[in-house]
Amino acid sequence: MSIIVNHLSYVYSQDTAYAVKALKDISFQVEDGEFIGLLGSTGSGKSTLIQHLNGLLTPTEGSVYYNGEDIFEKDYDRRLLRSRVGLVFQYPEHQLFEADVFSDVCFGPKNLGLSKSECELRAYEALKLVGIKDEEFYVSPFDLSGGEKRRTAIAGVLAMKPEVLILDEPTAGLDPKGREEILSLIRRIREDTGMTVILVSHSMSDVAENTERLLVMYQGQLVLDDTPRRVFSEADYMREIGLDIPQVTKVLWGLRKRGFPVRTDAITLAEAKAQIMRLF
Amino acid sequence: MLKEEPDIIRLFSRKRSANRPHGSGLVMIDTRKLSFDYIRRDKDGEVEGVTRAVDDINLQIEEGDFIAILGHNGSGKSTLAKHFNAILFPTEGTVFVDGMDTCDQTHLWDIRETTGMVFQNPDNQIIGTVVEEDVGFGPENMGVPTKEIWERVEESLKAVGMYRYRKHAPHKLSGGQKQRVAIAGVVAMHPKCIVLDEPTAMLDPKGRREVIRAIRALNDVEKITVILITHYMEEVIYANKVFVMDAGKIVMQGTPREIFSEVDRLKSIRLSVPQATQLAYELKQAGLALPDGILDEEELVEALCRLL
Repeated sequence: MSIIVNHLSYVYSQDTAYAVKALKDISFQVEDGEFIGLLGSTGSGKSTLIQHLNGLLTPTEGSVYYNGEDIFEKDYDRRLLRSRVGLVFQYPEHQLFEADVFSDVCFGPKNLGLSKSECELRAYEALKLVGIKDEEFYVSPFDLSGGEKRRTAIAGVLAMKPEVLILDEPTAGLDPKGREEILSLIRRIREDTGMTVILVSHSMSDVAENTERLLVMYQGQLVLDDTPRRVFSEADYMREIGLDIPQVTKVLWGLRKRGFPVRTDAITLAEAKAQIMRLF
Repeated sequence: MLKEEPDIIRLFSRKRSANRPHGSGLVMIDTRKLSFDYIRRDKDGEVEGVTRAVDDINLQIEEGDFIAILGHNGSGKSTLAKHFNAILFPTEGTVFVDGMDTCDQTHLWDIRETTGMVFQNPDNQIIGTVVEEDVGFGPENMGVPTKEIWERVEESLKAVGMYRYRKHAPHKLSGGQKQRVAIAGVVAMHPKCIVLDEPTAMLDPKGRREVIRAIRALNDVEKITVILITHYMEEVIYANKVFVMDAGKIVMQGTPREIFSEVDRLKSIRLSVPQATQLAYELKQAGLALPDGILDEEELVEALCRLL
C-alpha cells in the first residue's frame, strides 16, 4: 500500500471569477512496484493530479495517503515526502543549472542534508544508472545532447533515491531512438530497484508496450482505471476523449472488419504479429 | 467497430502524394553548397571550438511542395530550416528564397514575409489576449490596412478551423488549438512558404491530428509550400518528398514510401518508422510476401487481405 488518493478534488483560483475545477472526486490506489501509465488529453488534469502525489499542491477536497499517512496533515514532513516521491517534470532539462553535470545531480541529495561523500556516491550511482559516461561528468550540462540532458535531469531525481518515480512526458521532443533510450532506462530502473513508476504519456504504443495498468483522465475525472488491454478495447471512447489506440490494434480491427478471425485485444507489436501470423 | 470521426476519415483518405499534383516547377527554396558552423567562445570571446551543424547541402524545394525533414536530435534540421527565412546566414554557400539571396540585406524583410516559421511550443508564440488580435499582429506589423487585416484574420482562422474561437483568450485553449492559432498568425501574413519546426511535439493525439489536418489543408487548398520538421514518423506520410538528415548532411531523400522501405537504415540513424510499417516489416521477415514501405494501418490491412 503505497499511495491512496481519496475523493480528491482541486479548484484553481478558488473563490475568484476564474475558478476552474481541475480535478473532480478522484480516487485510486497505487500498490508498491506497480508500473502505471497516466493518459489524458491536454488540460485533462494529469499534471495537476501528479503534483498532489508529492504534496506540491494541496487538495481543495479529499486527501492523499502515502504509506498510510495523510500527507496534508499539519505536521507531516512533506519535504521528506518529496525525496520519496520523485517527480520528473516535463522538459526537466530546463531545470539544469549547475556548472557541471556531476554538481547538478548532487544538488538534490545535498538538499536532503546528506554528507558530501554520500551525495557524491549517490550522484555517481544515478549517473551510471542513466548511462552518462565518466568523461561527461565534469562538462557543462548545456553541452550535452538533448537526450543526455534529459537523462542527467532524471539522474538528479534518482539521486534522491525515491520509492516512487513519476515522469511527466519524459520522451516529449526526443527523436525515436532517444525516446526508446528513455523508456528502456525506465524499464531498467524498475528491474534494478523495484521502484513504483507512474508514466504520463501521450503515446498509446509506449504505454501499451510498457505499463501494466492505465489511469485515463478526461476533464478532471478519472474515467478509466484498468489494464492496457481493457482500456484499448474501448476504441470509440478513447477517440471521443481525444486519445487513440495503438496503430497495430487498428490493423487488427481492420482485419476483423473484413471478416478475418483475429483477436482485437492485441496491443503490442509482438501480439499483433502473432495474431496475424495465425491467419497463414 | 472502429468508428472514425468524419474529419479523421478525410485525414486517412487515399489522396496522398502519388495522385496529387505537387511542385509547380518554380523553385521556392534553393540551397547551394550550404554549410553552417556554430562557433563556441569562452568568456574572453576567444574561439573554443567550431561545430559544423549543416554540411554542404544542396536542395531544391518547389512552390506547392509538401516537404518533410526527418533527423535525430542534433542532426541539423532546425539549423537548416532557420536558413529558409534568414534567421541564420550561411557560413559557406548560398540560400535563395523565392529567387532572393538571403545574405542580401535589402531583401531581408521580403524573405521573412515569404517564409513564415512555426515553432514547437505554442505558448512561446502567442502574444495577444484575444485569438483574433493575436492573429492580426503579424499583418498589422507589416502595415496592412486595417480592413484587410480583419479579412486576413478571418480567412486564416477559417483555414485552420479556429474561426469560432476568434473571441476566446488564447491561454484557455488546448495545446492543439493554441498551435493552430500560432499557424493562423503566420498564415495571415500571406507567406508563400511555411516552415514548421516540430509543431506537434508537445501535443496530445487529438491536438496532433488537428494540427496535421490544418497543415495539410494549407498545402492542398491554399497551395502554400509546407516544410514540416518532425520526429513523428506517422506525420511524414502526407509529404510528397522527404529529406532525411544525419550529421548535418542529407543522407536520404525520396517519397515517404521510398524512405520507409529502408527500415534498417533509418534505425541506424536513430530514427524509426510508423508502427504499422514496423509491423509490416516484421511480418515480411517472418515470410509474408508484403510490399515494402507500407505507410499506415489501412495499407497494411489492404495488403494482408490480398494475401489471404
